[in-house]
Parts: sequence; structure tokens; C-alpha cells
Amino acid sequence: MKIRAQIGMVLNLDKCIGCHTCSVTCKNVWTARAGVEYAWFNNVETKPGVGYPRDWENQNKWNGGWSRLGNGKLKPKMGGKFRVLAKLFANPDLPEIDDYYEPFTFEYDRLQKSPEVHTPPTARMHSAITGEIMEKPEWGPNWEEILGGEFSKRSQDYNFAQMEKEIYGEFENTFMMYLPRLCEHCLNPACAAACPSGAIYKREEDGIVLIDQEKCRGWRMCVSGCPYKKIYFNWESGKSEKCTFCYPRIEAGDPTVCSETCVGRIRYLGVMLYDADRIEQAASSEDVEDLYQEQCDIFLDPHDKEVIAQARKDGIPDSWLQAAKESPVYKMAMDWKLAFPLHPEYRTLPMVWYIPPLSPIQSAMEDGRLEKSGVIPDVQNLRIPVKYLANMLTGGKEAPVVQALERMLAMREYMRGKTVEGIADKDILDRVGLDENTLDDMYRIMALANYEDRYVIPTNHREYAGETPFDNEIAFEQRTSCGFSFGNGCGDGGQTRTNLFGTSTHKNTMSGKVRS
Amino acid sequence: MSHFLDKLTYLTREKPETFSDGHGITTNEDRGWERAYRGRWSHDKVVRSTHGVNCTGSCSWKIYVKGGLVTWETQQTNYPRTRPDLPNHEPRGCSRGASYSWYLYSSARVKYPMIRSRLLKLWRETKNVYTDPVIAWANIVEDQEKAKSYKQVRGLGGMVRASWDEVNEIIAAANIYTVKTYGPDRIVGFSPIPAMSMVSYAAGSRYLSLIGGVCLSFYDWYCDLPPASPQTWGEQTDVPESADWYNSSYIMAWGSNVPQTRTPDAHFFTEVRYKGAKTVAVTPDYSEVAKLSDIWLNPRQGTDAAMAMAMGHVILSEFHTNAQSDYFDDYTRLYSDMPFLVQIDQQDGVYVAGRTLRASDFEDNLDQENNPEWKSTVIDANTDKVVIPKGTIGSRWGEDGNWNLESKNLADGNEIWPLKSLVKKHDEILSVGFPYFGNLEHEQPIFTATDHDSVLFHNIPVRKVKTRDGDKYVATVFDLMVANYGVDSGLGGDNVAKSYDDDAPYTPAWQEKITGVPREKIIKVAREFAENADKTRGRSMIIIGAAMNHWYHMDMNYRGVINMLVMCGCVGKSGGGWAHYVGQEKLRPQTGWQPLAFATDWHRPPRHMNSTSFFYNHSNQWRYEKLAVDEILSPLADKKKWQDYSLIDCNIRSERMGWLPSAPQLQENPLEITKLAKEAGKPTAEYISGRLKDGSLQMSCEDPDDPRNFPRNMFVWRSNILGSSGKGHEYMLKHLLGTQNGIMGKDIAENGDKRPSEVVWHDEAPEGKLDLVVTLDFRMSTTCLYSDIVLPSATWYEKNDLNTSDMHPFIHPLSRAVDPAWESRSDWDIYKGIAEKFSELCPSHLGEETDVVALPILHDTPAELAQGIDVKEWNKGEIDPIPGKTMPAYVDVVRNYPDTYKKFTALGPLLTKVGNGGKGIAWNTEPEYEFLGELNRVVTDAGVSKGMPRIETDIDATEVILSLAPETNGQVAVKAWNALEKFTGRQHKHLALPKAEEKIRFRDVQAQPRKIISSPTWSGLEDEHVSYNAGYTNVHELIPWRTMTGRQQFYQDHSWMRDFGEGFCVYKPPINTKTISPVLDEKDNGNPQIALNWITPHQKWGIHSTYSENLLMQTLSRGGPIVWISEIDARKMGVEDNDWIEIYNVNGAIACRAVVSQRINEGMCMMYHAQEKIINTPGAETTGKRGGIHNSVTRAVVKPTHMIGGYAQLSYGFNYYGTVGSNRDEFIICRKMNKVDWMDEPTDGVSGNHDHEELA
Repeated sequence: MKIRAQIGMVLNLDKCIGCHTCSVTCKNVWTARAGVEYAWFNNVETKPGVGYPRDWENQNKWNGGWSRLGNGKLKPKMGGKFRVLAKLFANPDLPEIDDYYEPFTFEYDRLQKSPEVHTPPTARMHSAITGEIMEKPEWGPNWEEILGGEFSKRSQDYNFAQMEKEIYGEFENTFMMYLPRLCEHCLNPACAAACPSGAIYKREEDGIVLIDQEKCRGWRMCVSGCPYKKIYFNWESGKSEKCTFCYPRIEAGDPTVCSETCVGRIRYLGVMLYDADRIEQAASSEDVEDLYQEQCDIFLDPHDKEVIAQARKDGIPDSWLQAAKESPVYKMAMDWKLAFPLHPEYRTLPMVWYIPPLSPIQSAMEDGRLEKSGVIPDVQNLRIPVKYLANMLTGGKEAPVVQALERMLAMREYMRGKTVEGIADKDILDRVGLDENTLDDMYRIMALANYEDRYVIPTNHREYAGETPFDNEIAFEQRTSCGFSFGNGCGDGGQTRTNLFGTSTHKNTMSGKVRS
Repeated sequence: MSHFLDKLTYLTREKPETFSDGHGITTNEDRGWERAYRGRWSHDKVVRSTHGVNCTGSCSWKIYVKGGLVTWETQQTNYPRTRPDLPNHEPRGCSRGASYSWYLYSSARVKYPMIRSRLLKLWRETKNVYTDPVIAWANIVEDQEKAKSYKQVRGLGGMVRASWDEVNEIIAAANIYTVKTYGPDRIVGFSPIPAMSMVSYAAGSRYLSLIGGVCLSFYDWYCDLPPASPQTWGEQTDVPESADWYNSSYIMAWGSNVPQTRTPDAHFFTEVRYKGAKTVAVTPDYSEVAKLSDIWLNPRQGTDAAMAMAMGHVILSEFHTNAQSDYFDDYTRLYSDMPFLVQIDQQDGVYVAGRTLRASDFEDNLDQENNPEWKSTVIDANTDKVVIPKGTIGSRWGEDGNWNLESKNLADGNEIWPLKSLVKKHDEILSVGFPYFGNLEHEQPIFTATDHDSVLFHNIPVRKVKTRDGDKYVATVFDLMVANYGVDSGLGGDNVAKSYDDDAPYTPAWQEKITGVPREKIIKVAREFAENADKTRGRSMIIIGAAMNHWYHMDMNYRGVINMLVMCGCVGKSGGGWAHYVGQEKLRPQTGWQPLAFATDWHRPPRHMNSTSFFYNHSNQWRYEKLAVDEILSPLADKKKWQDYSLIDCNIRSERMGWLPSAPQLQENPLEITKLAKEAGKPTAEYISGRLKDGSLQMSCEDPDDPRNFPRNMFVWRSNILGSSGKGHEYMLKHLLGTQNGIMGKDIAENGDKRPSEVVWHDEAPEGKLDLVVTLDFRMSTTCLYSDIVLPSATWYEKNDLNTSDMHPFIHPLSRAVDPAWESRSDWDIYKGIAEKFSELCPSHLGEETDVVALPILHDTPAELAQGIDVKEWNKGEIDPIPGKTMPAYVDVVRNYPDTYKKFTALGPLLTKVGNGGKGIAWNTEPEYEFLGELNRVVTDAGVSKGMPRIETDIDATEVILSLAPETNGQVAVKAWNALEKFTGRQHKHLALPKAEEKIRFRDVQAQPRKIISSPTWSGLEDEHVSYNAGYTNVHELIPWRTMTGRQQFYQDHSWMRDFGEGFCVYKPPINTKTISPVLDEKDNGNPQIALNWITPHQKWGIHSTYSENLLMQTLSRGGPIVWISEIDARKMGVEDNDWIEIYNVNGAIACRAVVSQRINEGMCMMYHAQEKIINTPGAETTGKRGGIHNSVTRAVVKPTHMIGGYAQLSYGFNYYGTVGSNRDEFIICRKMNKVDWMDEPTDGVSGNHDHEELA
């Protein structure tokens, strides 16, 4: 057993309001610059739809993630080391800019500087890459927003696998959900395996997966290797970049930007302890329907004394162990079984998990039936097909998704009994395997959702850095030199650099300045 | 073996080791590069500000400053916390707000003052000849050729840079010329929603009010004002804060797309579901709120009233008649007009409901000396006598201590129990006629008519009472209402339903045909809604939005819903009631703000105008009117009474009777009229009423196309009226601005239609009425593009201001995180600068002048008891013209024009002489005035303002508001409640006493948002035990609603209401705007074209037009204007997703792209509103000009019932009652475009850029 700790995330899709604030705040802070105009470390998709980049979920097309070999070992789906090296200069699994979208800007200047013209001036669209005039965009990071586009196109959605989907294209049977996405900071990251330069690593102290911008040589194998298509090639710096899980904030005990700014209050951050020695085993289960459970099985109970003892031995600070006990992520994923990994069948053991959404009842009343359990609806009548959610969250296995939805509905029914009828009906909880204390906790964290209950983040223990864990010198050095970029700054031995991302070759067009 | 790297330089010192059976390795490599992203995250300071935008968000934000530049923003998370059992407010915000920092340094930013180059050339040439700027201005605008030369190129580019000094001089000169030549009421200003940045609003309105200019209303013009609210409650709009949703257990989101338009509040909606609340979405499309709901009801758009009536039918049947809820019964007896008595009139042999029975109808006035005409009556079940309950509007004015909702007989103070129904104890049963409109066929097949009679007769139990006019039949509002809903109260008859499956108006089966929603769903939801309210004593709530209010018959949609809530005892109850959220944004410290904003510290009254009537009138939209009054008249009305009148005529009649305001007011300059009056030796009001009566003086509204009656100068700030809210966009371009437009229809004369009878007709309509249009903005909006002068304003991160909302109880600031960039200035500084220049240029043109302000009959003043019994017009000789009673009041106001700047920058003396107040109550404010002198210090310069508190800076201005308002100054709150106690005779002070010592100041709210203090300005309380909810103090403190009966009114008894069939709520189908057929065949381009209903909801990627051109928002949308259509309609037209389409009708045309989606139902299309043509919009094929905005295919159509005035709650108030600019009944023609023409070649020989170099 080798215990590691990671800050994981849960998104409660049932509360997601699709506002995209997460995307915008993230972009402002991290990617509002030349070379990554098209990159959204965090984006929100409307489902059903094929997403951004187009059809990203379809690994038959992109070959992202891992394949399981006959001997039970794992191999990147895009090919082993030698195949990767062989195709360095011609990567067939790489999305092109049009699969994302051609980033654009508008010639806003024209509105102020237009000479007298025949009819009112308009700011026309220009490509942010070529500077050429564009008549209109053909795709975008949110093209299918609120079900935009014909059903025949959107229903190419991978999650409709093994479903009779036609009826969902009818107006009366419309369903919709949002899927906010970011890097999964996987336990078994295929991107790291795919990188020929060894530039991608997963930090031991918090599990954040990063691309070393000094080592990255822009081979873009990670772009292909990531099945979530959450690594972006910066065409200005020539290197790949990705979501950093806002490590400068996480290190300080603050939530990621996307989490803190989440208006729907759907995001939760918390520590998960896992057995790093079981990663390969968990990711290589033969049946994809078992992968969800396999991943659950390598998470460790933070209340278990043996786990705690071993974790201390493995160098995990006490404050992290305490945080693990209070982790909302652990509660949702493990205690309550409400949250699920996104596409476990990619075998990367992702660490951003999702609570499936409830939806309006469908057709029940049209044929004269009313819900059996009174005012709160029944799982079988919900608009979003369970199979669709299972294809997204459990490798197709429906039972865990049904249980999660039933538990949420049970919480509602039980609470309605308490608040409207004045009756706490425990039978409702028994039916779904919950007790009153658990329910109270669920209600507090999911409904009241105070800031401190959503984000339980221990600070980074940088003072542990040094020759021995209890040496104070490096911490003191860093404290007093922090921020001085002309010297070593916060670093520890690197030389002075002007710009890690390389010298600028292009103007930032995001201000509306058209490239000439 | 793969390359799973897991690197670190600390935590462990071991050399690279492996784990997971060699699947992963741990390395020990340098991670110094990680500094890069840490460096990006670092910043120098964080400042609290917000977005002064019309969204009701009022979110507190952290603005990050780095190296002197604003880099980004994230939401504040440190609001004061709510109760332990309620979610907190953080992190309020949305993607739009999060994108704001983009504007500051983007190329969309207006960086310096700009002016139309042709005007600047004229100005400089003329100034070379005449050194006096006022004379120079006169020489430009009085020369028709010169004036036309710059007006006709408005909007067509050619703007150049200018200096602040020069533009201020032009503006001041134009204002002085206009005041002197035509009158100050020819200068108008438009700025909306003060709550979002109240000091910035006040800057412009203070300047205008000091010089006698006109502040135009917005809430009604935006059609966000629901007239149903003042009709029912005598209140503009009052609603629960969003946290109160969490106290509800049944929420219907009815035409309100909560996650999209109430983004920061939506979490209360999603979270309360976990507390057991059920949620129902009522939207014609599968909208975002549907995603969060348990049931989705999709009535055909515009038919919501039919659904609401059917739900009301179920509720009345199951909880008020056949079976009874004791809770509902008690509530409606005490808090609604259900028990009030209505006279049954006989009209052409038919019995119909008339007005309420008043004390004055009795020979002895029921012993009432004070206001007997305004005291409506009930039958006391205890004594079976007709009595006047306490709390009617007659008791509000002229008698102390009786205006309350204690269930007592006004005459003797004895307890009464109002009788709700006469079914069990009546003298007779009469067959009474009710109007029915659901049988009106619509030109477009998506709206279905039924074949019921136009008059539906119902059996009504009546009593006979002896009145001064002989015996009269009376019935209760309740019995009439039950009948109107088609519910059988046990008396049978033809038009009552035996079951929900009967095809009788207002049954669930009946509505099926109109709305398309299966009856079972209606029955189930109505039943659950009411059961929930019964069990929880009112915790059922309806969140409602613009979608419902933007129909011509919005009152019916709204009253249908409000009726459900009042029937179920939900209004005034925590977690219950009517949650209307559209453009309202509660200006919480309103009474502290008013003196600052309207300069009532110096002059009273200010000039206010209702914008809908103003723009309908002055942009000549009335000349194109196609809706005839008889199309909307009740089948029971006397048609002859109305046959001569068109809609504009009704508005003129209303202005004459003092119902609605006028601007401009009179055909002559008010500064001259006062002189003439003086010469004639008469008080001005008497002089004016005399001349109006003898016909020697006209009101401006009677001849809007006479140049003497044009509005001349217009200021626009904090607004994009031309690119966003301006219904009839193309008419504004043509007539107000005199420039290129896309109108394709004909006017009344060209069409050969009947001309109006009350308005002077000019064969040729004027174009370019406005001489000068000045706009303040930070972005180059459509309005800026069309303006003559654009002034660069500071952004919301560059100025100090205050912000409040109806959605939460906090007051918080906009703050200057960095100084205004480039040459921009705060609104306060801009108007201060204009005021200074204006004062400087006045001498030799304007000195001390006497102005006369026409004041309509105002709500919440004793004047509202003006015309209680019948409508009588002085100009028809039916009654004498009595200022303030049968016509507007005319009030002299002395203005010393050269003092304008001094007055602008000091708090004037009227506050100590007259006091302050609002909504009918007033209090002394001397201590606050003195306090402000200490806080802001006093003016030391000699002159009119010496020794008065200074208002030099925007922060000074915030302190004026905060100190004077009860909501932010506890001692004022106590005074205000004290003032109310005199009216009600009950104790209220205890509501504010615990906070008497609390004084909120600007720096306090910069540190953290502060919760406001409860005040009688509002009907809810904000304390530790209850979330703010409207009507709470009415129900719990027994303070009457400010209506005729003092109760919530189901019945509107004004004769115009009855003539238009809206005494009771009914279903009225959308009106026919007739905008399709005149152009349908003419403009064929060979592609299949279809007619679609034009729906323009609030958008996701902008707040109105703000943010809408922001690159981040455009990227998350589709990069330019788009319209949503159904898959079925797209197939009919051969249109695919993202194809270019054209949208047009007689009003104009739009060029945009299609979003084809299954979420839209056949027959409608949606253009999220305020997508401007300034972004990637090609030419329209029909007009041959740039495609227009969403309002290019609309035109305002006014409604006579909104013109009623002088009648208790139906009296005018600024943004409170009046005509509203509806726009959803419109249809358009849609088809695929053949050619995308960008039309961006310059005109020959003229170049804005060259001018720029030359002139700058």
C-alpha cells in the first residue's frame, strides 16, 4: 500500500444552471492571451450534443485514454512508446482547429473610426489566427448551447450508444443537461504516459497534473492521449497547456477559480486518500461496467486507523488527514454514492466527479398516470434516460445511477414530509439505504452548501520542503524572497527567465485588435 | 510500462522510485517553472465593486488590480450570512459580469469625447462668426439645411475626437438656446433603473431637474412594469428577495427563466428542492428553467392567462365553493376585495357589473363627511348591514388613525365579519352578462379561438339596497368572480361548468384548445399549488418574468396569476406570493435618493414623463397605428362612446384630464407663459386653465408634429435606448433623428385609414425633431453611433456609487479600483462639468426665470382622490377645468439659471424647510441635514449655496443618500414609521427601534455589503426572523394596500376598465398587429417564407445590450446576431442551423443567422433581445440597408386602460402607472437569404478618419 492524497472535485449537475461563469473567470485568469484564444481550460457543454472539441467523447476517433491488453496490462490507446515516437511529426489523432473552432475577434475600432458610410457600420468578424475576415463562425466552445443545432447533428452524441434515440428529438420529449468540464487530474493520466519529453507530471502532494512549460517541446502527444481533450496546444508558445487546478490557490487553501465563482454552488473540493499501488489494477478491469466500482475500491477510508497510520508514514500531513475526514468529495462519492467519474471506460481514473441531474417528469400524466409517491416525482418518469447518464458516468451500468437519483428524490420526499406535513418518515430513507444522520449531512452539504462545507482544502505544507521535513531554512528563504523575479524568486535554483512561454510573436487579438 | 511521472522536490527525498507495480514512477526534478502560473495569479490589490447594469443582480465583486491595471474579477464571498437554516448569498454573479473587465482596455472602449464631424465643422465655422456659443447654436439649428446636413447622417459613421471643453460648450449652448427659445421641457433625458448606480443616475437627473428638463421613465417603457401590480396592490412592484424562495414549498417559474435571467439567485431555486419544494416551469419552449423543474408546462406563448384562469377555476371549485379552506376563506375576507359590494347596472337591457357601492351612494353618505365617494362598502355578516370597513382609501386622506386593516366598522369601531358571498342569503338572482374575448379569431393560426358567445350570462345572487338614486342591486366581488371563472356556486345556469371536462370558458378542458396543455396537468398543478398553500398557510410562490409581461394584454396574464396567489392566501406570506422580477431593481434608499436625483432640495416639483407615451407620440409611431379601439373594446361597452377615438386620442384625453403627464407640456414656452400670466394679473394655473378652455392655448400632445412641440435636446446615459429597449427602432431613427431607416409600411393616411380625432394631422411627418443627442457610455453602443456627441464615461470599476436590488437585502458600492482610463469621467463629474459650463454661459440669455410645471394627478398624494365617480372631460364641456382635479396642476418654479452649478454641488434648503418623505408620508429631516454639513463639510464660497452641505464628489453624493434614507439611517427609519402611525393609528416603530443607532456610510459598504433597515417605504421586513417579502407588513401589521378598498383588488371598477372588459380578469388573445400582409408578397426573394411569432426574451450573453458585443460573450454564443427557430419551421424554409436568414415586416428588417433547435415549438421564433447591429450584421435584402436590431420589427402599441388616472391606485406615478411598450404580439416573415452583402464601402469624398486628423 502506498497512500497518496489528492484534492478531488465533485460537480452536482443537478444544481448546474449552465451559466458559464466558471468558464469566463477561468479564461480571464488563465487563457485570455495569444495562442490560447481557443482554449477553455474549463468549458460547459449542453447535452445531448457532440461538444467541444467536436465529438471528443468518441475514442474510436481520437484514440485517447488507455487500452487494456490481453494480459491485463494497460497501454495508451494511441499506441505504445515506439508508435508514439514514430508518429511525432504526423499525429493522426490530433484534433484540428476546426474541431475546436476558429477563434475570432471583431473589428470594434470601425464603430468609432468609420468614415461616413452608406449604412451604419458594423464590426466584422476576423480570424484570431490568420487575421482574415470571416463571414461567420462554424463552430464554437458552446455551439450547442441550450440544444442549438438540429437533433440529427447533436444526437451523434456518444452517450446515445445502444439507445433508441429518435423520440428524444421530438419537441415534447426534449431533455437537456449541462456538463461543465475541466482537466480530470486523473490518477492514471494518459497524457503523462503519452508525453515523449517527460514534461507532464502529477504532483505527489496534491495530485495536480501539470505540464512543465520548460520541458514541453510541443509534440502534442498529450493532446491526443487525453480522452477528455483537455490539453491545448498554445500556437504562440509552441507548447501545450492545460488546467492547473489553480494550484497557486489550492496551495493557499483556496478553491479553484471555477469552483469559487460557481454561481450554482455546484462544485465541491476535498481530499481523497487512495492506494497508489493499486492504480494499474483498478484501471485495467476487464469489463468497463466494473471500472467505476474498481476506482471506488482504491479510495481509502479516512476514518480507518490503519489508513491514518500508513498515511502518516507516507508523509501526508495531519491537516490533510483531518481534511480527508471532512471531505465533501469523499462523502458524495463514497459514503452517499451520489457522484460518479466521467467516462470511467477511458481507464484514466479521473478525479473530477459528477452527481447526475434530476429532470422534469415525462409523459406520466399524458397517459393518465400520476407519480406513485405523491408530490415528488419518481425516477422512472424522469425525462433524461438513465441509460444516457450511465453511458456518461458508469461505463453504461445503470444501477448505481438509479440509486443515486433515488437517493436524491428520497431526500426531497423526506424533507417535504418534514417541512410541509410535519412528519419525518424514516421508511422513505430505509427504502434507499439512508439513515437520518446521513440525510441531515446530505441536506446540509447539498442544499445549504456553505462555503466551508463546499471547499475543505488544507493548505500546502511547503515548509516540509528541505533536507529534512522539519528543517526551517528553505521555508524561511522562500518566505523572504517570494516574488522577486530578478533573483531566484520563489524558485529554488532556476535561472532568471523573461517569459516562460517564449517570446511573443503575435498580438493578443482578444481586445478586438484585428491582426494585420 | 508507461511514463507515469509523479514529480516532487520536497515531501520526500528518495530518488526516483516506482509504484503500482512499476506503472508509475516518482522523480525528483526541479519544479521551479511553477512560478509562472503563480505569478499570473498574484495581484496588487482587490477592490469591491459591482456592475451598474440593469439585471437586478447587484452582485458584489472582487476587482483585481495588478500593475495599475484591472486584470480580472471574481465574486466576493463575504456577504453577511443568513440564518443557519438558509443558504448564504455567495457567490452572486454570472458569466456576463465576469467578462466585464474585458471592456476596460478593449478597442470597444470609448476613450475620449467624440462628435459627429459634420456638426463639429459647422460649429467651428459658425463660432468663427459668432463668438457667443448660444447664438452660434441658434445659427446652426435654425438653418434647416445646416441642421439637416448633420441629422441625416446620424448613425452612418463619421465621428471624430473632440475636447471636453469644446463638447461641454456645445451642449451648454444647445441647452440654453432650447430653454430660452422653446422652454426647458424640450430638454429630455433618458436613463433607466437608478438602483444599479444611483449616483450616476442622479448626476444627470439632478442637472435636468435643476434646469427644468424632463426625466423620462423607463420601467413602463421597457414593459417591465406590470400594471397589474398597481391595479391590484397600489404598489409599483414589490417582491420577495430571492432568499425567500427557500422558504417556499411549491414554486412555479412562470415565464421566468430563472437560471438565465436570475443567475445569481438561481441556487435558492435549485437548493430548496432538496428541502422538499416542488418546482414547476411554465415556458413555451424547453428553457433552462425547465431543466431544473419537476413539471414542464408549455402553453402556447401568449395564452398564459387562459392557463391561469383554468387553474383559478380549479382552485375556486375545490377550495372556495364546493369545499372550503378555512385559511383561504379568512385570508380573502380580510385581505382582498372579495366581500366588497358591486353595483349591478342595467345597460341596454342587460345586467352588468358596475362600480363598487360607495358611502356617497347613500342618501346620508353613511354618515361620512370625509371622502364618502372614496369609501367602498361591504355587508357585515354579524349585523347583516352595509358598512364601511376601516382602511379604504377614503380613510387614508383627511382622517387620522382609521387607515388600517382591522376588521372594524369605520362608523362605530365595532368588530365586523365581512360577508363574502350572497349565495346563501340573497334577495334575488340576476342573470348578469360578462364579456368573453376567447372567441376572437386571430389572423395567425397558432392562436386558436373558441366558439363561445361574446357575452356570457351567469346567475348572480344580489341584494337590493336603497341608494340616493333609488333601489340598486348589489353583488359581492366574490360571487361575480366565481361566476366569471365559470364555476358553479350552486345557482346553475348556462355558462358554468359541471365538470372540468366541460367546454365552458375557463375550465381545464376549455384551456386545452387555447394553450395546448392537457387538462390533467392543469388540474394536478392547480390542486397541488393550492393544497400546498393550504397546508403551509401560503407558502406557494409564482416567479414571473418579462415573458408574460411583454404581451399587449399583460394585465390579464398577470392578474390571472395574481388571482391564484390571493385566492390561496400566499401574498404577504414568507415563502409565498408573487415574485415578479423584471427590470425593477429596488432602489432601497429611495427616499434618501430622491432629493439628490430630482433636486427637490432646491425646486419642487421636478418634471417627469412617461416614456411610452412620449416615444409613441414624438417618434410618430401613432401615425402608423393599425390597432383600432373597437378591436379591444368589451362587447358590453357602449361602442358609440369610443367610435371617434384612436389610441393616440385616448392618450391625449388622458393628458388633458391630468391622468398622464405631458412633455413637452404646452405649445408655448413655460418661461413666457408665466410672464403672460403675470401681465394678465392671474395666478399661472388659472391663466393656463383659462386659455386652455378658451382654446387660445394648446397642449403639446395635441399637435406633436408642430415644430414648437418637438423635444429638442436629448441626453442618454446608463442606457442604450436605440440599440436595446427602443420599441419601434426604425420610427425613432426616422422621426426623432431624421436619418436612414428601414420602415417598409405606410402611415394611416397612405393606407387610407381613419385619422385620429384629437390630434392635428400634418400631411408630411417631421423628421429629425431632435437638434442634439448626447450619450454617455464606456462602449460604442448603437445609441452612441447615432448620437451627435458621445461622452466617455468611467467604467464600473472606475467610479464610486451605490447599488441595491430587490433580489437581496444588501446595499453595496461601486468603487474606483483604478482611476478612469484615458479621458473618461464618472457620470457625476460629467454632469458637474456640463452644469458648470451651462452656468457660465447663462448670463445675457437666462437669469432668474419663473417656470411652470404641469403636474399630473399623483398616486400616494391626497390628489389621488380626484375623479371618483365618473369620467368627465373639461374640454368637452362636461365639467370645469380645475387644475389638480380635472386637469393637471400647474405649479410655478423659480429658477435662477446662472446658479445651476452651485445648486448642483450643494444640498439645498428645502430639506430643512419642507422635509422629506415618500409614498404619502413625510418627516422632518433637519438633523440629517446638519449631520451632512459635518460629514461632507459645507460650502465656503459666496453665493446661493454658502453654508450648505457640499456634494462635490460622487462619494459626497452617496453620503447624502445614505444619511437621508430610512433604509440606511436608523433614526430616519424610526421617524418614518412614526409618520405612518398617524395614518394607521397602530404601533409600528418597534420594527426599527432596535436599529435606531445604526448609520451606514459609504466606507462601511465598501468593507462589506450591509443589510438595509426595515422602513415603511416598502411592504416587507428584513430582520433575523423573516426574509424580505412583499405585502408582509400589510398582512402582519395591518397596513392597508394603497388601493381604493385598501385591500388586494380582484375587481377594477373604473369605467374605462369595464369598457375594455377588464373589470375582472379574462383571457384575451394576442392582438393582431397587421404587420405581415402589406409586405408579404412585395419582398419575395424566391425562397420559401413563413410567418412566425416574434419573441424577444432576455438574453444569456448580455444584460440587455451590455456585454453583448464583449468578445468572451460572443465566443460563447455564436459570434453575431442569431434567431432561434424550430426544426419544423426550418425544414419548411429549407434553412439549416447557422444559415443566414432575414426577418422582416412593415416596421423594418433584420439580417441574422438561424439557430435551429428542437427546444422551440413550431410557429414562434426567438431573438434574444438587444443583439445590436454593430456586430457582424450584413445588409438586409428587403431594405437594402444594414440589417436592424430586434426592435426593428416592432412598434409600440399603447393600451387605453393604462392611461387611466386620478383614481386612487390608478393614478400616475413615475415608473409606477401608465402606458407600457409591449412587443410580443408581433409577427415577422422569415426566410433564407440569397446574398450576404456587407455594405461596408465608404461614401465618396468623405472620410471620418481624415476629419479626425484634421479636427482633433
